[in-house]
Amino acid sequence: MSADPAALPASTSDIVIDVHGLTKSFGGRTVVRDLSMQVQRGLIYGFLGPNGSGKTTTLRMLCGLLTPDDGRGTCLGYNIRTQSAEIKRHVGYMTQRFSLYADLSIRENLEFVARVYNIADPHAAARNAIQRLDLESRAGQLAGELSGGWKQRLALGACILPGPQLLLLDEPTAGVDPKARRDFWDEIHVLAHDGITVLVSTHYMDEAERCHEIAYIAYGDLITQGSVDEVIANAHLTTYNVTGPELTALAEHLKSLPGVDMVAPFGTALHVSGRDAERLDVATHDLRKSGPQVWTPGHASLEDVFIDLMSRTKDNFA
Amino acid sequence: MSAGPAVPRRTQGLKRSMERIYAAFIKELLQLRRDRITFATMIFIPLFQLFLFGYAINTDPKHLPTAVLIQDESSFARSFLAAMQVSEYFDIGTSAASGDELDHLILSGRVQFGVQIPAHFGRDLIRGERPAVLVIADASDPVAAGGAVAALQGLSSSVFSRELTGPVANLAPKPLPYELHVHRRYNPAGETRLNIVPGLMGTILTLTMLIFTGLSVTREVERGTMESLLAMPIRPVEIMLGKIGPYLAIGGLQAGLILAAAKLLFGVPIIGSLAVLVALTLLFILANLAVGYTFSTIAASQLQAMQMSFFFFLPNILLSGFMFPFRGMPGWAQVIGEVLPLTHYLRIVRGIMLKGADFMDLEADVLALAAFTLAAMIIAVLQFRQTLD
Repeated sequence: MSADPAALPASTSDIVIDVHGLTKSFGGRTVVRDLSMQVQRGLIYGFLGPNGSGKTTTLRMLCGLLTPDDGRGTCLGYNIRTQSAEIKRHVGYMTQRFSLYADLSIRENLEFVARVYNIADPHAAARNAIQRLDLESRAGQLAGELSGGWKQRLALGACILPGPQLLLLDEPTAGVDPKARRDFWDEIHVLAHDGITVLVSTHYMDEAERCHEIAYIAYGDLITQGSVDEVIANAHLTTYNVTGPELTALAEHLKSLPGVDMVAPFGTALHVSGRDAERLDVATHDLRKSGPQVWTPGHASLEDVFIDLMSRTKDNFA
Repeated sequence: MSAGPAVPRRTQGLKRSMERIYAAFIKELLQLRRDRITFATMIFIPLFQLFLFGYAINTDPKHLPTAVLIQDESSFARSFLAAMQVSEYFDIGTSAASGDELDHLILSGRVQFGVQIPAHFGRDLIRGERPAVLVIADASDPVAAGGAVAALQGLSSSVFSRELTGPVANLAPKPLPYELHVHRRYNPAGETRLNIVPGLMGTILTLTMLIFTGLSVTREVERGTMESLLAMPIRPVEIMLGKIGPYLAIGGLQAGLILAAAKLLFGVPIIGSLAVLVALTLLFILANLAVGYTFSTIAASQLQAMQMSFFFFLPNILLSGFMFPFRGMPGWAQVIGEVLPLTHYLRIVRGIMLKGADFMDLEADVLALAAFTLAAMIIAVLQFRQTLD
């Protein structure tokens, strides 16, 4: 089932995606600006950012669905500008919206994919994929009649059926229940363990923490990338956990203070963060001393970092 | 990189390409089969239209309502009216009392013809004064009145042959000093259905084929499946051939049904080669599928594709020679007509079925049809957007 070895690109190197300065605009609006990234083989690389930040556009440029206005680079060793036919052969792209044929059965959809990728025995390939997905009892059901979770499973199954080296998953778990989400991520980790590189865009922080590396993209700019710990460390956020009464009123008050960059409720606690530790300490000194809330030094979570990044880039834009 | 000889690799590439075309073909066929209403429509609508139009359209109408104003009681007047009735073109059912009433009957559309035989018609005729019979025709539709008027002229030479004998034999019309032989070939009885049924085959195929492929690419775009399809290693030309394939088969089936009905129900002969007719009909189907597919690649939505199909369909019926005589159109309109596939197909289908034409007789039309098909396919492939840019 794996790809024809003669067709493998020269890159046996460990960099699967290597792009520089990718830029794309639609109707004068720049959607991705000067984006550079390297992704290593076998990694799960998370792509985060608010809606409309250019995640989908970047994924589409990587698999040849969009031509970059500027920039260059390779995907699996193939030039993203000139060799999109080869890239398509070895990349599995799972679209944000379900894009298999709703009026074909699960088996027919998978057989179609197998034939398009010139797999020698499409029936066997589809059968294996159905077994792997645990869909035997539903193989004859129309894809359009499946629930969200099953649709997404089927879409992933169709993506990996031709044995791609790289998976591009565009918000694969949007609108899927937590159990299905967990199963999905377990599957992705198994695939990565088998040597497939996975680039996945997501909104969910818990999913970001399941990635080996993450990149944060906002309004077309790549803001930060690295492992989760690196990203948190690079943000240089000082954070206090605040518990006690009247947190809502306190939060409103804190937001007006200089040196407090972010106030976010987390369950029964409040996360209060600042980029400049000294100014944060000075601004909150009296409150910390007088109470009635209890202030304890905490760690910035990934979510704190992202909310901070988001507000910062928005400020830059305004 | 690899040292394999070039030829096997090329055949290998062709085989892989065929596999991908087959993938698209099967996919399209399954989708089609699942859409039962569309499938049933494809088979029954053409037959229904053939029956409806085949029996309904008649360009040589007979038994047209006729009113008479008779002011003469001679046997000449009676003979004239009897001859009109016998010609089958005129149904004399109304009698008018005055010229005004006759005018009114025609103006109101109650009758198509008015005949006035003046007073003393018989007497004046025998005296050799050449009295006039007035026939008023509602010629607002020239086709509707044409056959009847022509019949009237034929009738005038023989109508009084019984009366004009003996002493008045010298008044009988003299034979022409020469003879005129007209051979009405291929449709000697001038039956409309012989002309209209093969033409209907062309128009029905044009419409159904245009619409089916016209929707095929826009549907994928609207349903979001295009994004996946484009991310897969399948080429535009492979998608096109795969998508057109099932409709070629359905078009062939439609054509077969229409041909069978034409022969068995309408008695239209197939004088020429059935094999050549089938082959050229498939070429014609392909031409229309290619046009529909081209529209599909240009249109942004299914509605736009439908609109384009209808814009293309109208000149096809009006300028191809299906509805109106091709040679009656001005030069520029004939040029437009020559571009349309139906124009060439009508010549082919009428040529083979009615005239027994063979491939060589139709060479120019076959080449035009083939060139049109090829051009439409090339435009479609070039027009097909391989990216979402």
